[in-house]
Amino acid sequence: MLLARRLDERYLAMQRQGRIGTFPQASGHEAISMGSVMAINKSDYHVPAYRELVGFLYRGWSIETLLLYWMGYEEGAQVPDGINDLPSCVPVASQLLHATGIAMAMKLKREKNVVLTYIGDGATSEGDFHEALNFASVFSAPVIFICLNNQYAISVPVAKQMKSQTVAQKAIAYGIPGIRVDGNDVLAVYKATCEAVERARNGLGPSLIEGLTYRITPHTTADDPKKYRSIEESNEWLKREPLIRLEKYLMDKKILTKVKKQEMEELIEKKIKDAIDQAPKIIQERDLDNPELMFNYLYDEVPSHLVKQKEELLGYLKQNNKELKLAHNH
Amino acid sequence: MSEMNMAKAINLALHEAMEKDETVIVMGEDVGLDEGVFRITEGLYAKFGENRVLDTPLAESAIMGTAIGMALYGLKPVAEMQFSGFSYYAYHQMEGHAARFRNRTRGKRSCPLVMRAPYGGGIRAIEHHSESREAIYAHTPGLKVVIPSSPRNARALLHSSINDPDAVVFYEPKASYRLFKEEVPDTMETFPIGKAQVLKTGSDITLISYGASLKITLDACEILEEDHNIHCTVVDLLTIVPMDTQTIIESVVKTGKAVVIHEGPRTCGIGAEVVARINEEALLYLDAPVKRVTGFDTPIPFFSKEKFYLPDTGRIISAVKETLAF
Repeated sequence: MLLARRLDERYLAMQRQGRIGTFPQASGHEAISMGSVMAINKSDYHVPAYRELVGFLYRGWSIETLLLYWMGYEEGAQVPDGINDLPSCVPVASQLLHATGIAMAMKLKREKNVVLTYIGDGATSEGDFHEALNFASVFSAPVIFICLNNQYAISVPVAKQMKSQTVAQKAIAYGIPGIRVDGNDVLAVYKATCEAVERARNGLGPSLIEGLTYRITPHTTADDPKKYRSIEESNEWLKREPLIRLEKYLMDKKILTKVKKQEMEELIEKKIKDAIDQAPKIIQERDLDNPELMFNYLYDEVPSHLVKQKEELLGYLKQNNKELKLAHNH
Repeated sequence: MSEMNMAKAINLALHEAMEKDETVIVMGEDVGLDEGVFRITEGLYAKFGENRVLDTPLAESAIMGTAIGMALYGLKPVAEMQFSGFSYYAYHQMEGHAARFRNRTRGKRSCPLVMRAPYGGGIRAIEHHSESREAIYAHTPGLKVVIPSSPRNARALLHSSINDPDAVVFYEPKASYRLFKEEVPDTMETFPIGKAQVLKTGSDITLISYGASLKITLDACEILEEDHNIHCTVVDLLTIVPMDTQTIIESVVKTGKAVVIHEGPRTCGIGAEVVARINEEALLYLDAPVKRVTGFDTPIPFFSKEKFYLPDTGRIISAVKETLAF
């Protein structure tokens, strides 16, 4: 969680320097991501939205790979071998149907695996949210829907997003369990998810878990929350943010000490620094600036019209001595 | 006259339209209090209130579906898709209903609405925030598709789109929102939908473009003139459907050569339609095949490779030279 927080902070600095593009900050959402993702196994499937930085790190994605995504390289979405994940999904709520379909396939294959998938509060307004819950319910699909209710869909507060008192209660309409937990309490999220995973694994179908939290950051680096909410409100929630709470709990239990925390901070700083240093080298070594890559992955086999377009582009670049980094190793 | 960028000009048109006609309603995600993620709806919520500027829940299909209902019941909704890349949830409503009600009811019901959608690359955004899919809408019978290229024509065409009795997809080149300023008249003006504009007249070749690609087409035209002594006619389509075939043909008949430039993918793109119309009506006037400088038939890449995907002046100049050398 601390690694994700520090990485998120570093992303922001890099974005301000123009080293990465617009990105949605994940700070403050660590407890929901962590508490839930810890409840599944490697053989289970993880289908994130786009704020699950902790989830990616926990599932074994390298910082270098994650960095590539925000640096504008598709290779940042190239799921590492052996990890049962889908990459970030940007079209809101659409991933829930993929998660449900994966879960249906697990059931059809008589496997005991489950799927964990994520959305925000705004996504509950999309048709795909309701369709996914209904399909999952009808087919008793082993999928757990985690809603990060951070109370804002960009500028729109939950009260203007829905008249329901909670997101969790929407589960009732689909005949599945729905529970609201304190989304800043990693242990509460963990417990709720473990129960839902257990049900799913035992053939009892899907669950909806709402983790109540607060988006302590802007929606993305392109957003200005001052337009739609007060600083007092944000400051109030900052006091309850998950890292402070977990740290206090661990220190009270004498599991964490100031010295240990400091050691962690140093270790994390080095890890992040190394990854940031490494990323440009990876781009160079793997020749990721090569424009050919645009054409190579669209279909299993590159069709002739794309071969032609690729040649057209390469020919043009060559002729015009553009910064063409042709694969010297080809 | 005052000078302004395209974002401001579209904003001005919305203010003017809402002042003039109280049936005009603005709706969409974050268009109210937040004034739009690109600040296109600035000042509207404060001036016209929550009954005319609707901050909707996050649901594109619902936005266009209810806009259709409002249009059927006498309002003129101007609905915003926050990014065109998210408009596909709403496509079903646009294709299935906005485009069809008039025909379905043999003229008894219609959908005078505007779907505004920022489109196109060049802003270092993440996936789904940069595509150019006007061809999907252009391929949908019953919809009109308007794509402005400058502050002045954006304002004038938005007025025409709001006044239009049918459903209009108003595709806004987001990379051009704050790219340059232009003089905009003090009094409200409209430009006819379905009419292209000839921006420059040159006898060597006709360059046909629209939207975000128009600016680079003009830039290329300037370089061709200064460095290569090649004189181009530049046609800005402005409306994709119904397309102004006559203006295209008239120019091609004079120059005998043409290149079409757009940012969207090539296959079944707008360029293909332009070329087909030239072939149908001016084939015997052509000295060379009409070239297309377009995005490739791939999704627009993440921003590290956008520069390779988007048409640039170099690619236009190459295509022009090849056409002239044919």
